[in-house]
Parts: sequence; structure tokens; C-alpha cells
Amino acid sequence: MSRNGADPLLAVEGLVKTFAVRQPLLQRVRLRHRLRAVAVDGVSLTVRRAETLGLVGESGSGKTTLARSILRLIEPDAGLIRFDGRDITHARRPELQSVRRRMQMVFQDPYSSLNPRLKVGAAVAEPAIVHGLVSREGARAHVEEMMGLVGLPASAADRYPRQLSGGQRQRVAIARALSVRPEVLIADEPVSALDVSIQAQILNLLDDLLQQLGLTMVFIAHQLSVVRHISDRVAIMYLGRIVEEGPTEQVFEAPQHPYTKALLAAAPSPDPRQRHTRAATRGDVPSPLQIPSGCRFRTRCAYAEERCAEEDPALRPVGLEQEAACHVLPFREST
Amino acid sequence: MVVPRATGPALVDGPSGEPLLSVRDLVTVFPQTAGVVVAANGVSFDIRQGETMGLVGESGSGKSVTCRSILRLVPEPGEVIGGSILFQGEDILSVSPGRLRQLRGSEISMIFQDPMSSLNPVYAIGDQISEPLRIHRRMGRREAREEAVRLLDRVGIPSPRERLDSYPHELSGGMRQRVMIAIAISCRPKLLLADEPTTALDVTIQDQILSLLLELQAENGMAVLLVSHDLGVIAQTCERVTVMYAGYVVEQATTGELFERPRHPYTVALLKALPELAAARTGGRLVPIRGQPPDLGMLPPGCPFAPRCELAEGKEDSRHDVSMTPIEAAPDHWTACPFHEEIRL
Repeated sequence: MSRNGADPLLAVEGLVKTFAVRQPLLQRVRLRHRLRAVAVDGVSLTVRRAETLGLVGESGSGKTTLARSILRLIEPDAGLIRFDGRDITHARRPELQSVRRRMQMVFQDPYSSLNPRLKVGAAVAEPAIVHGLVSREGARAHVEEMMGLVGLPASAADRYPRQLSGGQRQRVAIARALSVRPEVLIADEPVSALDVSIQAQILNLLDDLLQQLGLTMVFIAHQLSVVRHISDRVAIMYLGRIVEEGPTEQVFEAPQHPYTKALLAAAPSPDPRQRHTRAATRGDVPSPLQIPSGCRFRTRCAYAEERCAEEDPALRPVGLEQEAACHVLPFREST
Repeated sequence: MVVPRATGPALVDGPSGEPLLSVRDLVTVFPQTAGVVVAANGVSFDIRQGETMGLVGESGSGKSVTCRSILRLVPEPGEVIGGSILFQGEDILSVSPGRLRQLRGSEISMIFQDPMSSLNPVYAIGDQISEPLRIHRRMGRREAREEAVRLLDRVGIPSPRERLDSYPHELSGGMRQRVMIAIAISCRPKLLLADEPTTALDVTIQDQILSLLLELQAENGMAVLLVSHDLGVIAQTCERVTVMYAGYVVEQATTGELFERPRHPYTVALLKALPELAAARTGGRLVPIRGQPPDLGMLPPGCPFAPRCELAEGKEDSRHDVSMTPIEAAPDHWTACPFHEEIRL
């Protein structure tokens, strides 16, 4: 996992994605426009070759929409997606297919991302056959190699997903993604559905695979401790925007944005000597249908000032390679 | 905002005498086509007045089933077939249906992981809060509505009076859980059963809800049984902890003791498997628990954790004799592992 080297493999610029919302006809007529939920609202980021970028945010922050837009599983409304130097924002079939071979996705729930009627071996072989990497005859050996890679016995290939445990199923989902020898793995909450004891197994496996295969990864999660463990850099999202970004250790040790601070304070520490008695934030996350004016975190921010309601803050440097979008920075904590 | 708070025996030695709730040798089973799954296997613990007891374990450990057994809410075809559940000296397992209705909602109430499925989608919030007030506290319509406003305000719902006429789907997940809490505390219960109350919520909202629960508890002096898979949530909120694995209680201690000096190999392994938020461990390896979660239909004889346990290595002969009976490893610290003295932290 190299942290240096300005070699962006993946770059997103000004990405926007909104979704139309179902609403009653009367309301539509009265408002004279359709309500749109803003999922991603002008996000730019780069992922360097062989690094892991952690994407953190709560529900509605837009992290999953962002990830799916990168793979063009969702068509963005605006913005650019660049992969390996090429603009793939409007790439069509043959090119898109090659992009999708090189960037693979792992989902949260291996129960629903695997076909229950397909034996594990067939599920792992399928993408490699579709992309013409192996012949049907050569598939068996390929499957065996992939199973070995993710720490499953070759015999598991003859079983159905329901015959495996949750952790084993997630290994299969990873094997299926690796089956087409991708360069980028986009993992959307890959360990969130797993028990702690199994979660650690899968995180170690991902760690090994990254090093062994030199993979680049976008790792999406809401669990901060997991993100800290696996990422080189992190981007914190809130209501469709990146509010802070930087090297993992720096962001966790010296968070700058009030939201990042609140998020860290709110995460329950498994150390009973480190109890906090008051809630770190107030209020609810605003609706993506009505994003607050100015800074979108201001409604829950303890440091909000007048201008926070007026001007939308842009990301600006707050440390070495660290950026945050906040008007009040640098602020002093009242101790 | 992080302030250290004293933990350890001092916190729990408050009220003495009879425990509020005393679960003894609880056995809850689920008949399957091929045999019987024992979801709670001889579970025993006490909850004292006003204390927060954490029930922690992974999926299939039996923590939720144990919690539901207390109010006789085990879903069909599950059944409690043994043990006793004494609430203020009265065995809930043998009370009449009428008495059970009285206990539920007024003396003991419960909140669940998913408030959407426990709130009625076709009734306004106000009606749902008023109902227990009118039944258990015999309030009139207007009085109940006023009390509902007060309760909604207390659980932190903005403009509570307007909210009375809202329906559950109009609220966010966090707000729905606040409504559930308002209903749960409406009759001033002595015991609140909270089954993964924050698992479906975002971390900042979870933090708000847990703080609210602790505040209410301090105000009303109610005891709480908090069921969670999250050791962080348990560490932040509970005074004592019961750890379950494959239907058995494997360890029980005060929170401080349990996290500092765990005395069961499963608890030790679980704590080691957690990635740490506070410590810099980039590049470091996690220590997973080897093997797979237990198949409740085919547990090995003796300790169910033995196939994954490091201490069990080389004890192939004796490990089948492990009875899972609690052993007091230290004052008020119980473990089911007879080899606990071999644990090195």
C-alpha cells in the first residue's frame, strides 16, 4: 500500500446525482416542479494506484450513490469520471465493459448478491467466462485458484450459497469480484452484515489481497474503526458532499471538520473507562429533499455562525494533504 | 466531551436485597424439522433495581430470545420449557394472561431494533402514546393527550404538539425510536427491555438515543436490560454485562471487570477481534476468532466454543466434560470456563 506517487488511477470531478421523488399529483402541480432528492452534490476525489480510500458517512450521505456512479451502474447528472487517464463518463458498451472488468464491486449482503440457485463455483467462474478470460473448459482450474485466494477449500465450489456461513459467502463474493482480475475493488460496506469474529477474518483477507495483488480499493463503511484499520486515506461525507478528506491517521488523530469530530465522539468506544455522557450532536440529519442553505451541517453544528447559513463552504487545505469544508476553521475548542 | 467515569463495583453496589428480576435456568427451544434448537440453554442472571445490564453476543447467541422470553414474547414455534423468571418475586412464566397483560407495558416495557415494525402504521403517533396511558394509567382522552405531549417533549421530539397527528412513516428512524421510547416509559415501568435499540440507526443518532436512555433511567430509576451485539454500546452504557454464546451464558461481571479482565476465552477473543478506533494500528493484523459460528442444531458436547478456542487445544479428553455451570472466578465475576486460570491477556 503506497501512499505517495501522484498517480491517480481514478478521479471524480464535480459529480452530481439527484433522484426524482414520487409525490402526489396535486403537490406536483402546486410546487410547479418535481422534488428531487440530492444524493451526491458536487463531489471530487482521486484515488491513487494501490491505495485504499475509505469513504465514510451515515445513511443518506451519498457514499453508495457515489460508488455506483463510478462504475456507471448509476448515470450521474453532471460531473466527470476518469479512469486510468480516460474519461469514462459517457463511455459506451465495449469500453464500459472493459472498465467494469477492471473495476469490480463487492456488496454488503452476500445473501442477496449471490444467485441462490447457482453453485458457488459457477458463480465465481461466470464473470471470467463472460469477459472471455477463461474458457468453460478452463473454468474449473480458475475457480480453484480463486477459492484458494480467498481462503476457501476447493470443495466449496460444489455447494450452494445457502450451505455456507455469512463469512464464507462474503469470501465467495470477493472471489467472484477477483475472478476477472480487476485493478480496482469498490467494496460497499463489505463487513457491516458480519459478526465481529467473522468481520476480522474478512478484513484480514482484504488486507492480504490488497498487498498480494496490488489492488486499489474504495472502501465504503459507516464503522469508523473498520475504516481506520484498512484505509490509507479517508473522505468523510455528509448529505452528498465530502466535508473532510486526508491521510487516515491525520484525520483520526486531528479531525478538523466539526462533523468529523462529532462522528468520532459519537462512535461508542469499547472501553468503559472512556465514557462520554452527553450526546455529540443534536438534531436529525436534514432531508436530502431540503438541504440547508450555506453549510449543510450547520443545523447540527455547535460552532455554526451567521455566515454558515449564507455561504456554502468549499474544501480547503487544513493540514498536510488534509482538506475540510468549514467556515469556522481554524476554531478554538472551548476547554 | 469524553470524560472518564468511575466504573467497577462502586457503581453496582447501590440497592441491596432482592433483585428486581431474577432469571434462573431459562431454557427456550425452537422445534425444527430435524430436531430441536436450544436457543437459550440454562440462562441465569439478576437485574437489580435501577441498574443497566448488558446482554451481549453474536447472531444466534440467544440474547434476543432470552430478552423476549422475559415477557413471554418468544415467536412461534419457540417455547420456554424450563426455568423461572422472577419479577419482584412473582414468576412471570406462571402468571395468568390477565396479570401478564398488566405487567407488559406498565411494569415491564420493551423497545425493539426496528421501530417501524413495532409502531402501527395506520394510527397517529398521539393515539399510540395515549393508548397505554388510558389503559394502564386510566387517563381520560384529553389528559392522555397532554401527557403524550409531555412525553414526546421529554424524549426530544421537536414541536411535540404538532407531532401528535403525524404517522410513523412521516418520521425519521431516530424520531420513531424516540416515539417508541416515549411509549415504553409512559407508564413508568420498573424494567425496560431494549433489544438492539440502536442497531438500525446511524452512529450520531445512536449516540443521541443512548444518552436519552441513560438520562431517563437516572430520572425514573428504572432498570434496563440492553441487548446488543456491539461491545462499544455495552461498554458505554451498562453497569454489568452478561456474555452469551450458542445459547449459554459464558461470562458475567461488572462492565469494568469484564473489559479489563475477561475470564472466558470467548470474551477475550471477541475483544481482540475488534478493530480499535483510538489506537493507531495501520498495517497491524486483526486477531479473528478462527472457524465458523456454531451450528445450533449440532453443538458439540461440553463447551460450544471449544472448536474455536485456543485454550481447548490439547484438552480433547476433558473438554467434553465442561458443564457450562458458572464458576466465580473473582468476586461477582462468573465464567463458564473451568480453565479460566490459563487465560493470558
